[in-house]
Amino acid sequence: MASTRTAPPAKGLKNSRALSLRIPEPRFRPGEKADFSSLVIPEAGATPRPEVDTAPKDMRELAYGMIRVLDRDGQPVGPWNPKLDPATLKRGLKTMMLTRAYDDRMYRAQRQGKTSFYMKCTGEEAVAAAAAMVLTREDMCFPTYRQQGLLIARDYPLVDMMNQVYSNAKDPMKGRQLPVMYSSKKDGFFTISGNLGTQVPQAVGWAMASAYKGDDKIAATWIGDGSTAEGDFHEAMIFASVYRAPVILNIVNNQWAISSFHGIAGGEDATFASRAIGYNLPALRVDGNDFLAVYAATEWAAERARSNLGATLIEHYTYRAEGHSTSDDPSRYRPTDEGKIWPLGDPIERLKQHLIALGEWSDDKQQALYEELVELVRAAGRESETHGTLHAGERPSIKTMFEDVYKEMDWRLVEQRQELGI
Amino acid sequence: MNAMTKTEEAKLDAASPMNMIQAINSALDIMLGRDPNVLTFGEDVGYFGGVFRATEGLQKKYGLNRCFDTPITEGGIIGTAIGMATYGLRPVVEIQFADYIYPGYDQIVSEAARIRYRSAGDFTAPMTIRTPYGGGIFGGQTHSQSPEALFTHVAGVVTVIPSNPYDAKGLLISAIESDDPVVIFEPKRLYNGPFEGYPDKPVTPWQKVEGNLVPEGYYTVPLGKARTVREGQDVTVLAYGTMVHVAVAAATEAGVDAEVIDLRTLAPVDLEAIVASVRKTGRCVIVHEATRTSGFGAELSALVQEHCFYALEAPILRVTGWDTPYPHAFEWEYFPGPTRVARALKQVMVG
Ligand SMILES: Cc1ncc(C[n+]2csc(CCOP(=O)(O)OP(=O)(O)O)c2C)c(N)n1
Ligand SMILES: [Mg+2]
Repeated sequence: MASTRTAPPAKGLKNSRALSLRIPEPRFRPGEKADFSSLVIPEAGATPRPEVDTAPKDMRELAYGMIRVLDRDGQPVGPWNPKLDPATLKRGLKTMMLTRAYDDRMYRAQRQGKTSFYMKCTGEEAVAAAAAMVLTREDMCFPTYRQQGLLIARDYPLVDMMNQVYSNAKDPMKGRQLPVMYSSKKDGFFTISGNLGTQVPQAVGWAMASAYKGDDKIAATWIGDGSTAEGDFHEAMIFASVYRAPVILNIVNNQWAISSFHGIAGGEDATFASRAIGYNLPALRVDGNDFLAVYAATEWAAERARSNLGATLIEHYTYRAEGHSTSDDPSRYRPTDEGKIWPLGDPIERLKQHLIALGEWSDDKQQALYEELVELVRAAGRESETHGTLHAGERPSIKTMFEDVYKEMDWRLVEQRQELGI
Repeated sequence: MNAMTKTEEAKLDAASPMNMIQAINSALDIMLGRDPNVLTFGEDVGYFGGVFRATEGLQKKYGLNRCFDTPITEGGIIGTAIGMATYGLRPVVEIQFADYIYPGYDQIVSEAARIRYRSAGDFTAPMTIRTPYGGGIFGGQTHSQSPEALFTHVAGVVTVIPSNPYDAKGLLISAIESDDPVVIFEPKRLYNGPFEGYPDKPVTPWQKVEGNLVPEGYYTVPLGKARTVREGQDVTVLAYGTMVHVAVAAATEAGVDAEVIDLRTLAPVDLEAIVASVRKTGRCVIVHEATRTSGFGAELSALVQEHCFYALEAPILRVTGWDTPYPHAFEWEYFPGPTRVARALKQVMVG
């Protein structure tokens, strides 16, 4: 017979250990030497590629691995190689470079007082550029403020983007939104919210609507590593799973959420991709600075969604190379050289290296393209500024401030508009 | 908990011209020092010291456990604070912008506000939520809102809005010591200096504002008590937060002898102070930055009507933000600045 045990006394003396509260901390702070040598990064080509109809339970290891295609020499290796032709690769490179040139100019414009705020996506360009090329314009993207590359990939006019950033007379959003909060339904780009995480369940609902209607469109959404803590993210996951919604759920793990490292979002001991497992969703973890890997993973997830097999969670492992926004100073909370020694490099440099390795590109061509794009952005900037900047020149008509609150303006708004004297 | 240490007593006399952030930081510093049950947390609050720097230096001084970063989940921040408070701690949480408090709203409305009532006092939630609110910094619709009426409407929550560094510190200490849940909306436009609502006028930093002295030690400003900022005979202006300064400027602009009352606590509001003033002046203008419909001004207007009807010589007027989201490009057309307030002051004088 098994020996019996007595329950601990409900009251009275206990001989128990004192608990203590754990607060996670990043490994390196300003003034310290960052060192990523202990990061476990699988070799390019090492992660297997399951069939798109694989059951989530049979591919859980992908949530812990990392899909990587480009090796150190810029050669594509392994089962995830999307085998893109040079023209497609060059388009991807150009999108990423244009995104960076655009960011650089608008960042400077904010510094010159031409607008209130700006956010760059430096180092993360591959995430949006590759996805935009896989998805069609009929699919709907539900981005955060860091996927401006989606619009750029779709040739949305730079001038219109700038007009939005300047809240000027030609701003498509009529001066209502904070800079970078674009919207373009015709380009499959959902209106950006300032409230983190809200877009994720909305993307799932949009995808459910497509399924409900018997259409063939899918949705894709992006969320930052930090924002996955919001309830919205988890609510989205359960709906995506239960209703097998045709949606791609992207987590952009750029290691930081303003000043908080990924460990504050619970990403230190578990991968963000692994959150899919409890919801019975397939998860892919991707080298987010490898254009080919992002492309291939998105293609896999899109095919799965289009085959009515439901949602996929993709974690893009990347690094926020610059400050959170123009309001931020990252040197206050992380070593300044972290970005430089980030082991997964820079997405533009890596794709360039690949094209050179293919014999399709050269440093001179890269430089020429860079100059061409900078000039393109400069010209767009000059044009946009003729329509005004935040504090100078033309603005949208003040009257428009009272429009679109409701479909029809009710007596309150009519009265208030009159009170303002317009 | 109320016993003062010798150094605190010594510091009582010492006062310095702090800005509002420094005053809030000082309140937290003092309460962390006095009471081991006080702790503070929120997004970017720990090592970085908060995006507005209200918790700067506190993690270093009091350790990781007393001042720390949280995951980005306002529901999680407020929900765990409630759990801690019911255990006996006095958590002070920061919601980075009032515009982001909504994911935590259910925890405030259905939980923090009602725990005492539904358990017949068995459990209580003595906690403080600090959050910057209001416009005037070109923050667009998600960094400019004034959602105070969503909280004053909730039975069981104390709602506080300071308008200067002295009150910010004293009210925050009172909030931390309160046995009820308190939401403090901090007018972010006032963090660095008073703002009269003239966007082109350079801001005078609080450090240079005459009479702005904040004691370095412990003191409280009582919850539920208004303050008369400017005495006057002709009309009572009810205001709070940024609008207190706008109202004072408007009185000057209008040349009207207005009595400006800074409510400081919105719920429970200082009815006595309101009634005494309106009975004296016979007129009332209510000013807030929040949208008009169902704003806190509606409650104030009802109270004045109920308690001062026979003293009123003119209809009560409200000057508020419009019933639209806060538009980025039209910040100053939206903001109910001194010119609009002055117009209302002149109008009630005629009425
Ligand atoms: C609901 C909500 N809470 C807080 C914020 C303030 N905020 C804006 S961005 C940000 C950090 C987001 O980090 P992450 O999700 O990792 O995205 P990243 O900026 O790194 O792309 C925070 C806390 C917000 N916009 N919305
Ligand atoms: Mg991030």
